[in-house]
Amino acid sequence: MSQAQPAIAAPVPLAAEAPRRRRFLGADLTTHVILLLGVVLFALPIWIVLMGSTHDAATIGRGEVPLLPGSEGWNNYATAWSEGNTRRASVPVSTMMFNSAVMALLITVGKLAISITSAYAVAFFSFPGRMLCFWAIFITLMLPVEVRIFPTFQVVSDLGMVNTYQGLIIPLIASATATLLFRQFFLTIPDELVEAAKMDGAGPMRFFKDIVLPLSATNIAALFVILFVYGWNQYLWPLLVTTSTDVETIVIGIVKMLGAEADTEWNIVMATTVLALLPPVAVVILMQRWFVKGLTETEK
Amino acid sequence: MRRKVIFGNKLLPYLLLAPQLIVTAIFFFWPAAEAIRYSFLRQDAFGISVMFVGLENFQDLFADERYLQVVWNTIWFSFWVTVLSMGVALLLAVLADRHIRGRDTYRTLLIWPYAIAPAIAAVLYIFLFHPSLGLLGRALNGFGVPWDYRLNGDQAMLVVILAAAWKQVSYNFLFFLAGLQSIPKSVLEAAAIDGASPSRRFWTVIFPLLSPTTFFLLVINITSAVFDTFGIIDALTGGGPGNATQTMIYRAYVDGRVNLDLGSSAAQSVVLMIAVMALTLVQFRFIERRVHY
Amino acid sequence: MATLNIQGVTKAFGPTHVLHGINLDVADGEMIVIVGASGCGKSTLLRIVAGLETASTGNVVIAGRNVTALEPAERDVAMVFQNYALYPHMSVFDNMAYGLKIRGLPKDQIAKRVQEAANLLGIGALLERRPRQLSGGQRQRVAMGRAIVREPKLFLFDEPLSNLDAKLRVQMRAEIRRLQKRLGVTSLFVTHDQVEAMTLGDRLVVMHAGHAAQIATPMEIWARPADTYVASFIGSPAMNLFPATLEEGGHAARLDTNGLVLPFHDGPRPGPAGRKLTIGVRPEHLTPGQGGLELQVELVEPLGGESVIHARLEDGTEVTAKLPGSSYSDGRLDVIIPLHTLHVFDGETGKRLEAGG
Repeated sequence: MSQAQPAIAAPVPLAAEAPRRRRFLGADLTTHVILLLGVVLFALPIWIVLMGSTHDAATIGRGEVPLLPGSEGWNNYATAWSEGNTRRASVPVSTMMFNSAVMALLITVGKLAISITSAYAVAFFSFPGRMLCFWAIFITLMLPVEVRIFPTFQVVSDLGMVNTYQGLIIPLIASATATLLFRQFFLTIPDELVEAAKMDGAGPMRFFKDIVLPLSATNIAALFVILFVYGWNQYLWPLLVTTSTDVETIVIGIVKMLGAEADTEWNIVMATTVLALLPPVAVVILMQRWFVKGLTETEK
Repeated sequence: MRRKVIFGNKLLPYLLLAPQLIVTAIFFFWPAAEAIRYSFLRQDAFGISVMFVGLENFQDLFADERYLQVVWNTIWFSFWVTVLSMGVALLLAVLADRHIRGRDTYRTLLIWPYAIAPAIAAVLYIFLFHPSLGLLGRALNGFGVPWDYRLNGDQAMLVVILAAAWKQVSYNFLFFLAGLQSIPKSVLEAAAIDGASPSRRFWTVIFPLLSPTTFFLLVINITSAVFDTFGIIDALTGGGPGNATQTMIYRAYVDGRVNLDLGSSAAQSVVLMIAVMALTLVQFRFIERRVHY
Repeated sequence: MATLNIQGVTKAFGPTHVLHGINLDVADGEMIVIVGASGCGKSTLLRIVAGLETASTGNVVIAGRNVTALEPAERDVAMVFQNYALYPHMSVFDNMAYGLKIRGLPKDQIAKRVQEAANLLGIGALLERRPRQLSGGQRQRVAMGRAIVREPKLFLFDEPLSNLDAKLRVQMRAEIRRLQKRLGVTSLFVTHDQVEAMTLGDRLVVMHAGHAAQIATPMEIWARPADTYVASFIGSPAMNLFPATLEEGGHAARLDTNGLVLPFHDGPRPGPAGRKLTIGVRPEHLTPGQGGLELQVELVEPLGGESVIHARLEDGTEVTAKLPGSSYSDGRLDVIIPLHTLHVFDGETGKRLEAGG
């Protein structure tokens, strides 16, 4: 009896559902097709470069645009890594990668450190000039390095910081965005938590270290991704303050490799491009969860 | 908004703020003030004497037809980058928000271009559009379309717009997706019960509810198209051919770095500062309610 | 273990006066409940004792030591917060141990104290968990444990039960009382719930608009409320208050509503005839019978063994009665006011008027 029951009931919902199902399947298919097109749109340029980097210079120079892997991959990457552009005296990619890594990491760590402490001061203390300090930091949002290129260069050069890591890094280290995000987060820490810590005998620095820092872990991770990408991808500023190849970053290095077209080793450029892409893309993908959360919460 | 419970220390907050404030003062406020000062000065050709010229740098700037062309380039460029990147991002986000298999995979595959530097994006686009090396550039020429963005200004503009928009899509995609996911499902269900068709539901329910996100992105995209695209233009076209792809940032750089015309470059910096302030204020009025001070 | 003296404490936030001079002496091991409606200043008083706020004037003395100028950490007091305020990223053990670590206690002693407190509270098995993995009642216990391990001179409770569901609240209430008696720690407990206040406190402080309206044992407050505010705040349903006037000679009151004359059974009240009075009768003291009040019943709430009856007099005055049984229905109901249950208050100041005074 219990078996018979569904047999009678079944036809009704099935009949109602069949056409709807089909329509949904059709819509799903369209969705997949368009999304896949989107994925291809993003992946194609990278694919071309990735495949090109495994062929020799002549193949690319002839304009064959190979879409399948070749046999020169190991050579190209080894050459780029240890020598860079062989036809012109150029810096090995390993050096440029190192410079980029130093710059990106120091900018990231520096921005995080000075932002979290200033946000802590503004959120957890009351002192004369508090709002003034806050606005001074906030207003830097309106002064990106791009709009004050030369005067900033002038200051850096007056301080003797041209062609140094300090010159590359310190002027980029102030961060209104990170400060704002941390401050927003600190304001969500309940008053009672601060009071409980006070009752437990924690002073402001102890509270910072034991409670605020651990609670900020997610925000720090998210900002790490955003700021690392920002640091690694810097172009205009390094272009201005580095004239020596010692502190040349990889983003600058690639554009310099392009130079005069006739003289360009395209396969090396392609291998270098892939290498330059790897660190920030890896950071974004590996830390995707925090990054997505942080990005959408930071800038809104 | 401020918290009720605070620490009473007097010196500590200043110590905590000091690093940020010092960097801000030396590398933000001082140069900004210098830019304003320089914009009223002019150096002679040998860099020996400097004299105050009032607003002459600004007058010269806006009397210069080439600069007006650069301003127009910037507007044209920013407009198309914004429209293209937001349009594509919205389409992809709406689709990726549907309950389909592999949603998370699609998301991952669509967000990673965020990590690519503008200058690197430019290099990637060379291998797409270069007339003799690029996949599409060669194909176009093969079909008999005379294609060389290095010689044709319109084509050059098209390529930098495409490259900049391409790079910006994933950022917009993330925000649209977050915006879509924050729309309560009950609202959509109510619309469905009311009998609205999917496209009607999108235009009458989803799109209006997304408008805060859309407006926010609009400002961010314009700002980023104006200010963060130096690398794309420098690596792809160097502002050329002629000055077909010169934007305001690029011009300020060329006048300062190459032409060593500091007065004019400073005046351009001041114009840019005013532009970025206007954009930020628009944005600030909008986020006011969200960011409390 | 200590005494607590609150001496003339006032608090003003700018022009707003929150506390108007509170005096309170708490004996060693006593449980004092501060009760009042929201905004009466009860939490501010507690926070001043904790050191989280500073008094505008007056002193706080704990165990004979004036702590008015000291930081919270230096007062040797522990506090249980309304939302528990557990550190979300720390395990239960670390939450309880944090205060001891800061005070530099040796590790083995910390472990011993935490273990003891955890066993006492029945959370010994939860020490490795994070707060978000705990139920409301368990979080409550951890918050208690954090206070207990400190072995403070004084426990402060800031509405600790108001986030729990009704059943758990009753259970935790009894548990807190048991623990407090067992540990013998002097305690201040703030609540807005008069039932909680009645059941927990050795003595209650009923706060009203920044004043301590009455400080006394729960039964004293119930039996002899100091003014109409206390009278209507303590007891459920709230006391019925009727405007009335004093009869010639002060031997009786005449209700304004229906002219009913109620002789005072315990002696005359002072004042001229016609003095404005407020007569209070608790709903549970009204009894069915002729010759008293004629009620028009509007709503009957049966509670099982008894019923709460909402009614009006002819002139619209609201009356609540709590009567035995459940056989009541809308319509006319006559009740009488037993004379020995009368509360007499001054009609203007609201202060209690005692016989012969």
